[in-house]
Amino acid sequence: MSQAHPALREPWRSLHRQRQGASFGIWVFLASEVMFFAGALMVFGMLRLQHPAGFLAAARATDIWFGSVNTAVLLTSSLTMAVASQAAEAGLRRLALRCLGITALLGLAFLVVKGFEYRADILGGLVPGPTFRLEEPAAQLFFGFYWALTGVHAVHLTIGIVAVAGLAWRGWRGTLPLASPAFEVTALYWHLVDLVWVFLYPLLYLPGRSG
Amino acid sequence: MSEVAFDPTAPHGVHPPSYLTAGHTLRSWLTTTDHKRIAILYMLALTLFFFIGGIAAALIRLELFTPAGDLLTAEGYNRAFTLHGVIMVWFFLVPSIPVTLGNFLVPLMIGAEDMAFPRLNLLSWYIFMAAGLLAAFTILAGGVETGWTFYTPLATAFANGNVLAAAGAVFVAGFSSIATGVNLIATIHTQRAPGMTWFRLPLFVWGMYTVSIVIVLATPVLAMALLLIMAERGLGLPIFDPAHGGDPLLFQHLFWFYSHPAVYIMILPSFGVISELVTCFARRRIFGYEFMVYAMAWISIVGFLVWGHHMFVSGMSSYASLVFSFLSFVVAVPSAIKVFNWTFTFYRGEIGFAAPMLYAIGFIGLFTVGGLTGLFLASVPVDVHVTDTYFVVAHFHYIMVGGAVSAFYGGLHFWWPKITGRLYPEAWARFAAVLMFFGFAFTFTPMFLMGFLGMPRRYYSYPAEFQIWHVLASAGALLLAFAYLLPMAYLAWSLRWGRRAGDNPWQATGLEWSTTSPPPPHNFATMPRVAEGPYLYHPAETGPQHGQPEPEQKQGDHP
Amino acid sequence: MTALRQPGPASAGVLWRRTVPVWLVLLGLLGLTLALAYQPLGRLAGPVALGIAALKAMVVALWFMQLRRPDPLLRLAASVSLVWVAFLFALTLSDLLTRTAVQVRS
Repeated sequence: MSQAHPALREPWRSLHRQRQGASFGIWVFLASEVMFFAGALMVFGMLRLQHPAGFLAAARATDIWFGSVNTAVLLTSSLTMAVASQAAEAGLRRLALRCLGITALLGLAFLVVKGFEYRADILGGLVPGPTFRLEEPAAQLFFGFYWALTGVHAVHLTIGIVAVAGLAWRGWRGTLPLASPAFEVTALYWHLVDLVWVFLYPLLYLPGRSG
Repeated sequence: MSEVAFDPTAPHGVHPPSYLTAGHTLRSWLTTTDHKRIAILYMLALTLFFFIGGIAAALIRLELFTPAGDLLTAEGYNRAFTLHGVIMVWFFLVPSIPVTLGNFLVPLMIGAEDMAFPRLNLLSWYIFMAAGLLAAFTILAGGVETGWTFYTPLATAFANGNVLAAAGAVFVAGFSSIATGVNLIATIHTQRAPGMTWFRLPLFVWGMYTVSIVIVLATPVLAMALLLIMAERGLGLPIFDPAHGGDPLLFQHLFWFYSHPAVYIMILPSFGVISELVTCFARRRIFGYEFMVYAMAWISIVGFLVWGHHMFVSGMSSYASLVFSFLSFVVAVPSAIKVFNWTFTFYRGEIGFAAPMLYAIGFIGLFTVGGLTGLFLASVPVDVHVTDTYFVVAHFHYIMVGGAVSAFYGGLHFWWPKITGRLYPEAWARFAAVLMFFGFAFTFTPMFLMGFLGMPRRYYSYPAEFQIWHVLASAGALLLAFAYLLPMAYLAWSLRWGRRAGDNPWQATGLEWSTTSPPPPHNFATMPRVAEGPYLYHPAETGPQHGQPEPEQKQGDHP
Repeated sequence: MTALRQPGPASAGVLWRRTVPVWLVLLGLLGLTLALAYQPLGRLAGPVALGIAALKAMVVALWFMQLRRPDPLLRLAASVSLVWVAFLFALTLSDLLTRTAVQVRS
């Protein structure tokens, strides 16, 4: 190992092993993230079983257009993130950096849309409390979870945007070699945040539309 | 370390480089990515939290010396036992062995240079310290009175204390736990030396591997449970609020989905430590190595399926109680396997009673009592009788203190020469080990009795007929406190005046003993290669085999 | 590195051709679930919507997260949490579905 690759770090003996190890490590962490969201979704699911009518009525009060547009935005950001990660692996610097930039912007777009949606929700009396608009008994419960779950997801997405923007910045400055496992690790995290939304969407926005 | 240059026992007057002398500045410690130094950082932090939790325990035992509530107010007492629980569970017991001994030993035992992600390792310590600061803030701001369980609606609607800060501290500490767990799993998967196959791993490494799985999969569920509590209390979102149709039992489900496996987070590393101690001081291979591995793996999986036995009287469905009761009996089987296998390992061994072995024997006894009384509690009719009594308190202290803390002290003594390069004073250590066993028994055995007689937990005053048991327990606690403090004194003494240990003072097997004491920064001069399984205290052909009959012809040699 | 790379020269065109169809499938599934939400499916509405979400998740995991690569360790790490999620839901349901006392009427 006379010439260590600039992306190689202790204690790894080869870049290949390091990349495998980093992917494995982040997957173990993602398993932990899955359990994190599963905890809230379990409580949500059990309450929905206990109060089917209230939850359907409450879900109907969410704004399906904001929700659907945001789902499309996040799915698209996953596309650019996947391309960015694979481009970095293939050494395509310009493509990787561009796609990272687009990914971060799409993430920001999601937050902006979400911000408008939150504003409409607040004005529309969908914050649990004395000003709450819906009559159904368990509707406040549903919106307790709506705010908690979308809020936690937004925090995750914000962390993802910072990480992706950081990658793009360091890649652009040339301080981070394209062969670094950081690209794939960040991409896997980003996709998981996307997947969380993929499940939040049918749980929070779709129920009760046909009634 | 000024005496180093004058040490006459050192070979040729030259010391091999050690991780301790790799840098002397505070900065070199606070920015280190060496797993051994991070383990030391963790040890210092944990010692501090152990003191804080211990002071809270002392307050509790002092208050309970008399039946009347005279030392603390009812509110103050609630805050004392909450502080004791929160600090001891999340800031001492859960991290204890994995972040100190595990951090120090796993790379050494598998023949690696360091953990897989050294910077993540350091980050986890900083996260832990941040959580510790939040916990310290909670204490200084007046504490919290919910009990360590944060049950809603008490925690969300009625408690006056700093629930948000306390829950936040535990939440942040969880990140540190998860980071350590991810790191240990990745290290054991990817950093093993050539020839170190899965079934050649020392059982301590298996303990670390299985506990990491539990940490990674259970901790996030607690994090979410606490987050939901914080959202309900801090933001006013109805999550568990029965007034809006919420279900507080769902919080208990989430909480115990973590907090029952948390017991295994405390005890699986202890299993690993005890396996190392028993084999070394009985000079035997472990009896049934594969079964020991399967037992730990089994516990780490089935341990997730039994949480409901904490909820038998909560209003949970009685059918679910039946299911959880059955599964709780199932998870007891592998624990029994482990106790039997340690006992069989003694059989025909050359048993030496050094201090670590005394701790190990104490562990086996106390853990067996704790485990068996756990079966009482897993059976619904008995549990209904003793729920929320001192019987439960005694049971889990037998596991978590008699078990996990004994193992921690035993492991600390056993690897102290490797960590520091110095031997501890053996006679003092044996005295402390025996004292810890009896101090523990005096403290917690009366609790079984008064619990069965109906003394409820978490009360600061009690009927006079229970006083004899409480006085016994408080007196025992004094012994126990002494037994905990004594090793801290002589271990600190040995740092300067202890005899130099040499590389392998116990003649133990294991890669960690093949390098120098204390190890060099990168652990091994040359990459180790492994050609045999663990615990080969005798060559395979000459050593006594467990399966062989007693050698009749040798009876004459040893009358 | 050969084990990690896809076969063939990885140019920008190859990358897009490999990933854009996946994205189109995902958008198609999004459109499908949105359209189905307005159909009177009754009790099936929830399972159908979650089933489509699971399908989307599988597509993302296999193609974008590259679980198609024959790496058993990654697949194990990715799937083990699902077993634990099943533990959490199944045993909590064992309580919720067998309680005798009715909760709050809704």
